[in-house]
Amino acid sequence: MSGGKHTLWQVMQEKGYSRRDFMQFCTFAAAAAGLGPDASAAVAKAFEKKARPPVLWLHFQECTCCSESFIRASHPIVADVLLDAISLDYSETLQAAAGHQAEKCKSDTMKAYAGKYILLVEGSVPTKEHGIYCTIGGRTAEDILQEAAAGAAAVVAWGNCASYGCVQAAKPNPTGATPIQKLVNKPVINVPGCPPIADVMVALVTHLLMFGRAPELDAQGRPKEFYSRRVHDTCYRRPYFDAGMFVESFDDDHARKGYCLYKMGCRGPLTYNACSVVKWNEGTSYPIQSGHGCLGCSENGFWDNGPFYRHLPAFPGFGIESTADSVGLGLGAAAAVGIAAHAVSTNIRKRQVIHDQVVEDVKNAPKSEKVD
Amino acid sequence: MPSPHAYRRIYVWELPVRAFHWINALAIVTLGVSGLLIGKPFSVANAQEASFQYWFGTVRFIHFTAGYVFLFNMIVRTYWGFVGNKYARWDTFIPTTKAAYKEIVEVLKIDILQMRVKGLIHIGHNRLAGLIYFITTFIFFFQALTGFALYGPMSKSIFGKLAAWIVPLMGSEMAVRQWHHAMLWFYVLFTMVHIYLVFYHDYVEGRGTTSSMVGGWKFEREDLLDH
Repeated sequence: MSGGKHTLWQVMQEKGYSRRDFMQFCTFAAAAAGLGPDASAAVAKAFEKKARPPVLWLHFQECTCCSESFIRASHPIVADVLLDAISLDYSETLQAAAGHQAEKCKSDTMKAYAGKYILLVEGSVPTKEHGIYCTIGGRTAEDILQEAAAGAAAVVAWGNCASYGCVQAAKPNPTGATPIQKLVNKPVINVPGCPPIADVMVALVTHLLMFGRAPELDAQGRPKEFYSRRVHDTCYRRPYFDAGMFVESFDDDHARKGYCLYKMGCRGPLTYNACSVVKWNEGTSYPIQSGHGCLGCSENGFWDNGPFYRHLPAFPGFGIESTADSVGLGLGAAAAVGIAAHAVSTNIRKRQVIHDQVVEDVKNAPKSEKVD
Repeated sequence: MPSPHAYRRIYVWELPVRAFHWINALAIVTLGVSGLLIGKPFSVANAQEASFQYWFGTVRFIHFTAGYVFLFNMIVRTYWGFVGNKYARWDTFIPTTKAAYKEIVEVLKIDILQMRVKGLIHIGHNRLAGLIYFITTFIFFFQALTGFALYGPMSKSIFGKLAAWIVPLMGSEMAVRQWHHAMLWFYVLFTMVHIYLVFYHDYVEGRGTTSSMVGGWKFEREDLLDH
């Protein structure tokens, strides 16, 4: 465990990074925080003087795809620096320590830096059956979370699991999987996605280290910088959407020409993420660019909004093949049959009423107006 | 001396009520057709570049514009429910008296069981129709709310922002889309039953129900009116 009094620059020197590496990192950090090119000097100054906060990375009910994404950031130097030099004091996946040593490491950090460390949480927390579905070192996930969150300067929920519950919270949610923001009694920074984009994760951690506070967040606790626009708004296939040129099936000519995937169930118009701007794997591509619609993996409850390859989700209670349209059409047909039956019955049962009225009117009409 | 079954002409639907009805009808048809297209567009297949056409954008524009017309029309009608004549007033929609509930049962007897009823049925909205329109009003505002919530993110409209809270309440935009789309079918069913019942009452009672929404006049038996 590296000492907390050290500055980032000192730690980097100890680990053998050059001044050039450090300056590169500072430039990225400034860019990630949305500062201009002049700012990298100021950022370097800050990282030379400011003691770097320790970071705890907890894993609960998850698949570790968030960690996998993180280590694939476009700027290797940045991920390297963050994982290697910044005191990642606890992370089940990446730490060398195991067992009691690892747990001691974590509790030491929490004691020594109470109120100062950054807590990153990957995965949801089960709450059913007193939380027995996820235990680490004999303690439940919720217990571990509450202890760690109590002294954290900032809590970050990585991925859809920690933000909304993801697949574990999909119906019927057997473990009572609960997102972090519903358990922790302080503001949580949500970074949804399954997984979140590596560069978005890196930018957020950098921002926290540099400013010591969260970036601007929206109503759902997501950094506005990356989650304020829909995938649809920045999609390069958007002109096909407005023109009404759609892919009808994955092997048709329109798919080959790269038309809009709206009719193939693309969730881009309902999904807030930076995929079509930042892209994945060093800015190589993103799902729509590869010919597949967006699944909406950074949205709340996206697993329950299936099937993925259809515009409308299944209508609740009517089976997976149903849509609001099929249910509506059925009701419409039933109404039409009912109306037809009613009309027939009217002509039978109300015959006398109508007849009487006609007779009456003819009888009561003034003589001069009588036609025949 | 009026004969026992003479009819009197009564001015029931004032101009703002008639205007509301037809603007609303037009807006609903426009919203329904464009809404169905938005949910299930047909794909334009030709050799033109995407930048030369904008048909889906136009469909969406029509839907959003009709949405504004629909909402403001509804707001004006709500206002008229407090200043209009007694047939337009809010209390014809909410059954507050015992007599109102009795009339609802009577209307059900006429409409569904097709029985003969002796008492006077309201010359304006009958009490059952009034109640259904009252419930419908909530669905109208639900559609406006969910629609503007879906529209909000792509516009700077204050109405989109005012409706934004519905998204976290319903869970996600997908859920909002689902219910906004499902409620379209309410309008289809409503329109079918509504138009049929207008014809039915006019056919059986001969009180001018159909034409009343054009000219505003209905006819009632003189002997029943003085109750």
